[in-house]
Amino acid sequence: MDLIANHISHHFGDLAVLDDVSFTVSAGEVVAIVGPSGCGKSTLLSILGGLLQPTSGASELRGAPPADSLNPLTFVFQDFALLPWATVEENVEFPLLHTQLSAARRRGLVDDALRRTGLTDFRQTYPKQLSGGMRQRVGISRALAVKPAILLMDEPLSALDSQTRELLMEDFVGLLADGGMGAVYVTHNLEEAARLADRIVVLSRRPGRIREVVTVPMTRAERGEAAAREKLLALQNQIWSLIRNEAIDAEREVQHA
Amino acid sequence: MLDRAGLSAKEETTRRVPFRGAGFVPASSRFGGWIALALVIAIWQAAGSAKLVNPLFLPPPSAIVRAIYELAMSGALWQHLSASLLRIGVGWLLGTAAGVVVGFAIGLSRLARSVGITFISALFPIPKIALLPLLILWLGIGEEPKIATIALGVFFSTAISVYSGVDAVPRNLIRMAQSFNVPFATIVRKVVWPGALPAILAGFRITASVALLLVVSAEMIGAQYGIGAFVLQAGNLMQTDQLLAGVVILSVFGLAVGKVIGWLEVKLLHWR
Repeated sequence: MDLIANHISHHFGDLAVLDDVSFTVSAGEVVAIVGPSGCGKSTLLSILGGLLQPTSGASELRGAPPADSLNPLTFVFQDFALLPWATVEENVEFPLLHTQLSAARRRGLVDDALRRTGLTDFRQTYPKQLSGGMRQRVGISRALAVKPAILLMDEPLSALDSQTRELLMEDFVGLLADGGMGAVYVTHNLEEAARLADRIVVLSRRPGRIREVVTVPMTRAERGEAAAREKLLALQNQIWSLIRNEAIDAEREVQHA
Repeated sequence: MLDRAGLSAKEETTRRVPFRGAGFVPASSRFGGWIALALVIAIWQAAGSAKLVNPLFLPPPSAIVRAIYELAMSGALWQHLSASLLRIGVGWLLGTAAGVVVGFAIGLSRLARSVGITFISALFPIPKIALLPLLILWLGIGEEPKIATIALGVFFSTAISVYSGVDAVPRNLIRMAQSFNVPFATIVRKVVWPGALPAILAGFRITASVALLLVVSAEMIGAQYGIGAFVLQAGNLMQTDQLLAGVVILSVFGLAVGKVIGWLEVKLLHWR
C-alpha cells in the first residue's frame, strides 16, 4: 500500500502553513520529513494520517493494505499519548478493544507487540512508573499491535535523552529492517533522518514547500557499518546547507513573535 | 600557574555556602493537627470548669458531649439526623446525576455548550436558598422543595466541574484514540470519563459542602425535624449546649463525607 501526499496545502486562518506538497511513500519505504521549525512538518503528518483536514489537496492511499492490518496508518506520538490510568498491557490493548477480535486473539497481538519491544515484564506497570524511553516503547508497542502498513512518527525521540534516543533508534532500525512496514518520520534531527530514511523530504520555511527530496545512497543495513559514517555525515551536511539559513530566519521569527 | 592559584586558595580559610533553599515546601506532620485540636478543647474545657466563660454563651465541651449523648439516648438524634440525611442523599443524588449528564453534554457537544454555558452562567450565582419560597409554592410544603433546593445547588456545581474536567482531558489522548479509529462512545468511556474523573471527584467535595449548607438553611426555614431545625430550635430556647451539639454533628458529618470522597479518590485515582 502506498501513501500519497497529493498537492496538500493548509492554512490556519490567515497563516499559510503548507503549500502544494506532493510526494509518495511506497510500500515498505521510510521517508523522513525535515525542515526549519514551524515549516509544517507535524501538520503535514496529521493531514497524511487523517487527523487534520487540509485546506486543499488530499492524503490518498493506493493499493490494498496487508490483510492482517487493523489500522494501516498508525501514529507514534512525540509525547507518547499513553492513558495514565491504564497499565502497559491495557494501553497496548486499547486500540484493539473496539475491533471484532476475540479476547484470545487480542491477547496474542498484545503479547507479540510487548515481546517485540521488550516490555513483557512491564505489562502490569503504569506509565508514571516508567522512564521516557520505556513510555515511548509502550507507544511503539501499541502501534505494532494493530499491524500497521505505515507508521506515522511525529518526532518520536525528541522528548528523550541522547542515550535513550540511540537505543530506540536501534529499535526502529530493527523493526523496519524487513521492509514489511513503511514509515513517515518527522524529525528536526538530521542524523536520525539519515540513519533511518530511504528518502528525505526537505521542506522550506513556512509555508512549507518541498525544497528537495534527497535519496539516501545506501541500504539501511549498510548504514551501521563504519565506512558509511562519512557518507552519512556528508549527506547531513548537504541537507543542513539546504535549510540552515531558513532555520536561522525561522528561529528569529519565533523569537520576535 | 593554575596549580599555584589553587594552592593559594587552599591556604585561605574556607566558609560554607549558606543554605538558601528552605521553605515553600508545605508539609504537615501526621498528628500535629489532632494535637492542636485536643489542646484547644482542653483549654476550652478548663476555662469552662474554672467558670471563666459563661456556659450560656459557650458551654464547655463536656456539656456538648453530654447533650449529644442525651439526644442519642432519647432517639431525637436519629430522628433529626435521618431527616437531614434523607434530604441530603436524595437531593445530592438527583443534582449530581443531572449535573454529570449536562456537564458531559456541554463538554462534548457544541450545541449543548453554547446553550448550557449561557444558562449556567446566568443561574449559578443565584443563592439557591432564595428559591426555596418559590419551590414551596410550586411543590408544596413537604420534603420536595427542600430536596429540590439541595439538588439545584448541587446540580450547578457538578455541571461546572464535569465540563471543566472534560475540557481538561488532554487533547493528545483523544487524537491518539481517533488515530486508531476508536468509536466516539468508546473514547468517552475509556478516555474522557477517566480523564475527567479527578475534576469530577474534586467537584463532589464542593457539592457535599453545598448540600450540607443548603439542608441546614432549608430546615431552618421550614422543617419540624432535621439538624438545621434542631439547631434553630435550640437557639431560640437559648439551649446553647444543644445548639453546639447540632453543630458538632454537622461537622462530623462533613468530615465523614470528606473521608468517603478521599477513599473514592484513592480507589479510583490510584494511577496518579
